[in-house]
Amino acid sequence: MEYFQVMDFKRIQEKLNILADAAKYDVSCASSGSDRANKDNGLGNASKMGLCHSYTEDGRCISLLKILLTNHCIFDCAYCVTRKSNDVQRAAFKIQEVVDLTINFYRRNYIEGLFLSSGIFKNPDYTMERLVAVAKKLRKEENFNGYIHLKSIPGVSDELMYEAGLYADRLSVNIEVPTISGLKLLAPDKKHEDFTKPMLKVKNELNRYKNERKVIKSTPKYAPAGQSTQMIVGASGETDKDIMYSATYYYKMYQMKRVYYSGYVPVSNDSRLPSIGSQVPMLRENRLYQTDWLLRFYGFAVNEILNKEHPNLDVDIDPKLSWALRNLHHFPVDINKADKPLLARVPGIGMLSVDKIIKARQFRKLGWEHLKKIGVALNRAKYFIVCDSRNWERRDLDADRIKGLILQNSQGKFRKQYSQQLQLFN
Amino acid sequence: MNPSKTLIYDGSFNGFLTAIFVSFEEKINVADIQRNSQGQNGLFSETETIFTNVEKAKRVWNGIRNKSHNAITNVYFAFLSEAEGVELTLYTYIQKLMASKNGKQLDYSDGIVLRISQLARSVGREKHRMEAFVRFQLTKDDIYFANIEPDFDVLPLISKHFRNRYADQQWLIYDVKRKYGIFYNLEHVELVSLNLKQVHFNKIHKSDAFLSEEYDYQTLWNDYFKSTHIKSRINRKLHTQHVPKRYWKYLSEKKEIA
Repeated sequence: MEYFQVMDFKRIQEKLNILADAAKYDVSCASSGSDRANKDNGLGNASKMGLCHSYTEDGRCISLLKILLTNHCIFDCAYCVTRKSNDVQRAAFKIQEVVDLTINFYRRNYIEGLFLSSGIFKNPDYTMERLVAVAKKLRKEENFNGYIHLKSIPGVSDELMYEAGLYADRLSVNIEVPTISGLKLLAPDKKHEDFTKPMLKVKNELNRYKNERKVIKSTPKYAPAGQSTQMIVGASGETDKDIMYSATYYYKMYQMKRVYYSGYVPVSNDSRLPSIGSQVPMLRENRLYQTDWLLRFYGFAVNEILNKEHPNLDVDIDPKLSWALRNLHHFPVDINKADKPLLARVPGIGMLSVDKIIKARQFRKLGWEHLKKIGVALNRAKYFIVCDSRNWERRDLDADRIKGLILQNSQGKFRKQYSQQLQLFN
Repeated sequence: MNPSKTLIYDGSFNGFLTAIFVSFEEKINVADIQRNSQGQNGLFSETETIFTNVEKAKRVWNGIRNKSHNAITNVYFAFLSEAEGVELTLYTYIQKLMASKNGKQLDYSDGIVLRISQLARSVGREKHRMEAFVRFQLTKDDIYFANIEPDFDVLPLISKHFRNRYADQQWLIYDVKRKYGIFYNLEHVELVSLNLKQVHFNKIHKSDAFLSEEYDYQTLWNDYFKSTHIKSRINRKLHTQHVPKRYWKYLSEKKEIA
């Protein structure tokens, strides 16, 4: 066990404050998707479900020690807090310092593992080499089997991406700006290919390893938790359609495990961007995540929710309700007969409720009381379903009327933000 | 019809399963099943004391498990909730389960089934929380020590998680409320009871049971926690929903550093 010298502690403390602060805008903190077992009675394991050890005061999961190796950077991306031209305090960790911090936090059950990113110093490969060195040291010298998420540096070589996947559970490169035109405007030093090349390499390696494992079971793991990316929302004037279409592209093209949406937090007075002090578009971010879920778990296709006529998501209602109101001809759905995909499309019924309904209706016909106990949000669902009751919505209501009734009879945590006109008269 | 009886058992899970076995075998009309510390006799029912028998308990365990893996988890988790009257609800649940042709299909529109699965969910949530919220402090004896105060008796449920994860360090997790702990000695996990002089929650006062290095790491973690907040997104309500206040005193990141 090493002891901190007083000086050492102060210096580590200062570095940690600078380099954790700079890393917090990366929203991913997932520690799930990997099932690395504890090897040779060593330290740690990674569970399939992941685990949040704490939560930030803005309510996000803290699962990993999320830090930058350094915030020195040769690039000048307008949206980024560590951009070259920004006047902030700079610091850099030594490789061993990151290893010690990770191990000691892990042993105390503070974290599931490490999320290491970095500003780009000298060049992409030089930076990536150091990130890989940290992961390698943790795995090989410390016999650490916890979760490691490494950030791929845009423009990095295929060889290093390959090596990174041997030690990391997840790899990610943040696309940040969803449109190519936006990228040119905000990050002129970076090319679109710089982002996609590492993604492609990871995808190919994942497939190669998967095929080899079919033949040889003991094939080592390559990035078992897959890859992910992040997009900034509200920095370059893109529509929700732009964002979700490009998310769909990344899901399909690079087999992303997750795409994250991060409401832009103003960090500069650059005229190309929303100014400091403007509100973070959290509601919009929330609607995008809801859409993401509808696409991944509820069987919706992206063009059903966003298309030329509807390039942006509704602010006041969730995307599923919004889809249902535009497609009233599918309703009402009979709870006791409808198949799973159709049940999943009813507003107010989540996937957990769908499963419970299907199990419970084998025993008896379900009425309103049953649905309520199962956990269906009837305030929304009741306009779209019939069940074992003579008491159902018989009025021939149009979409606007239904929307009005639902808004009247419900509360939303963001309601204050978009009903300011109404408040004038209160 | 048999006269109704109240069964008294020793409070252990095996004891409870034995009670189920006896009630089925002797076709007892069960009025209630109570732990011996409870001692609330019904006015009109006799009592019978159950002696824990591992063999009998095992047969009930296997019987339930053969019906449904999901059900055996539900039964064990709900039992650990220590909720008032849970034994009788479980008794009815097991009766229903055994009477059903296919135990795999659970009828969620049935009140008893729903109640047990909700209790099991609460205990499951507490288990998950404890796996997350345990904060070890390194003692001078080189043991990673944590005290906890969970809502339900979850130590038996979290033991495996910690053994699998921290295989190369000695650790001890102590339930302050139920006055027992689990200790891993680098070989296996054992139950221990301690004569704990003081509860080590996150007060500023430093105990001499720990190395000073321990407090350095707590400070670093505390700092790290603070630097993860994005000020323009603060949402305290969501924060306390995820980290309810009753757990704060054991979380080192929640310590106010002077």
